[in-house]
Amino acid sequence: MQPNIPTPAAQYGASARRWNWRRALSSTGSTGDAVFRVILFLCAMLILLIVVSMVTMMAANAMPSIRRFGFGFLTGRDWNPVADSFGALPFIYGTIVSSIIALIIAVPLSLGVAVFLVEQAPRRIARPIAFLVELLAAIPSVVYGLWGIFVLAPFLRVYVEPPLQKWFGWLPLFQGRITGIGLLTGGVILAIMVTPIITAVVRDVLAAVPVSQREAALALGATKWETTRVVLANAASGIAGAIVLGLGRAIGETMAVTMVIGNVPQISASLFEPSYTIASVLASNFSEATDELYLSALIQIGLILFLVTFMVNGVAKLLVWSVTRGTSGTARAT
Amino acid sequence: MSTTTPASVPKPRVGDARAGEHQSENVKQPAASEVQAKISVRNLDFFYGRAQALYNLSLDIPERVVMAFIGPSGCGKSTFLRTLNRMNDTIPGTRAVGQVEIDGRDIYAPGTDVVELRRKVGMVFQKSNPFPKSIFDNVAYGLRINRMTTSKGELQEKVEQALTDAALWPEVKDRLKTSALGLSGGQQQRLCIARALAVQPEVVLMDEPASALDPMATQKIEELIVELKQQYTIVIVTHNMQQAARVSDQTAFFWLGKLIEINSTEKVFTNPDEKLTEDYITGRFG
Repeated sequence: MQPNIPTPAAQYGASARRWNWRRALSSTGSTGDAVFRVILFLCAMLILLIVVSMVTMMAANAMPSIRRFGFGFLTGRDWNPVADSFGALPFIYGTIVSSIIALIIAVPLSLGVAVFLVEQAPRRIARPIAFLVELLAAIPSVVYGLWGIFVLAPFLRVYVEPPLQKWFGWLPLFQGRITGIGLLTGGVILAIMVTPIITAVVRDVLAAVPVSQREAALALGATKWETTRVVLANAASGIAGAIVLGLGRAIGETMAVTMVIGNVPQISASLFEPSYTIASVLASNFSEATDELYLSALIQIGLILFLVTFMVNGVAKLLVWSVTRGTSGTARAT
Repeated sequence: MSTTTPASVPKPRVGDARAGEHQSENVKQPAASEVQAKISVRNLDFFYGRAQALYNLSLDIPERVVMAFIGPSGCGKSTFLRTLNRMNDTIPGTRAVGQVEIDGRDIYAPGTDVVELRRKVGMVFQKSNPFPKSIFDNVAYGLRINRMTTSKGELQEKVEQALTDAALWPEVKDRLKTSALGLSGGQQQRLCIARALAVQPEVVLMDEPASALDPMATQKIEELIVELKQQYTIVIVTHNMQQAARVSDQTAFFWLGKLIEINSTEKVFTNPDEKLTEDYITGRFG
């Protein structure tokens, strides 16, 4: 491994030329360390193996559907298992729209909470709030779903959707039947679920902005608001990362959305109409998909979801990392 | 360097010729002074939580001089500097007791506009801290937030003036739109000085402005400081005693949160009143 440093074996001659597995695996030459190292290495490899096996499994099982529908699968609007007709567009549409609604609500909310926690709140208030925010992120999705059905959906039906329709009913977005179950409710529940995630990451990113940047602004006569803007500008790419991370969560979120979105494969301009997302169609149809093409179409949808969330999360991590490692976007003395 | 022991100098002293208002701790300031002090500090105590960092400081800083604060690490000189523009307010749990008057107005009085105070009392930090923006936007920042210009042309003019005053204009005039982070360390620090000068402060506080710079860059900053005192009152904290001797008119020596001696720089470095000062100057501790 390191030819320049004489190993004990080299110094003492005897077994110098024989390959020693213990030394090859551990710098100390101890058997225990060598075994330890092998175990850790296998653990790490297992993760990689799982990812690879997931992709290959899904790609292989999706083949019948891919061969049959090709790219038309992505643009097909008809989803009819009885007629062996499968188009994923309604699910893609539902996923995109519900995620957009989620971000429209969650981003300003999260930024507000994070800025408050980092820039304004005294520590004795910031600590418990930050703790609560992190707890929110840990609540199981199905619990959010239950709350969505019994609290959020009736609330939206009675207090939010009628006024929206009254004032903005001229927009196609707010026309149609008001049931409380549909795209809007799905988007709102997603917003509530991704807010803790975005908040937590933005908080870390803001905290990573050097104090010297705040002091620079303050020393020039900046107000608290102006100073905060400097901090936000410094953290911009990290905030973008946090938002994309939230998007990744919103796209992949399954249970809660399935419970409130209505699960009808249609594309409707109205946010009040029931819809379907990629994740929820997988969850609710998998057990009844008996024939091969049906199953294959579902798996192809799953593959799309996998690839999209994989990329979205990758981008998010890169963005967040660029700020928190403390180089890009932050001033440093050279 | 004086060889007489400063301790033998009589305690109740007459100030030096330049400004007859110097005093050590616990010595009462003369009521009237020949020079109107720009900054006048009386009986200032400062606390980080329960820990006291400054003890009963009183001193005057005349207008358009360079005042250097020297002393070993942790002696409170930076803390004191930061009380002069209330930058310590940003640290939770800190407390200042006493008076700090700038142009006769107590900056710790209730109702003080801290934002306005900080515009008037600019600050340059130990580590250069340009914003991740263009060179132009860095200098323009203070002008913009304080709405100090009415036209684009005026903004450009003032940015150029500030960069010229900071002796940086020739080096950056062709790259104003490029990122400030691409400048060298010394240039970045002069940019920060230009940024501070742009908002036309009356006092410039400098917290070890050259401590992270190489000797050439340090020399430039020092020349700049001497140049700037024509227009500004400058208070500089430095670890480097040669630097204090080179740039300042008056020097204050701090030790353990107390002001030990304040005198003309020449006197402090050749014939200080206090034994402690001489011990520090000659490197016996610190």
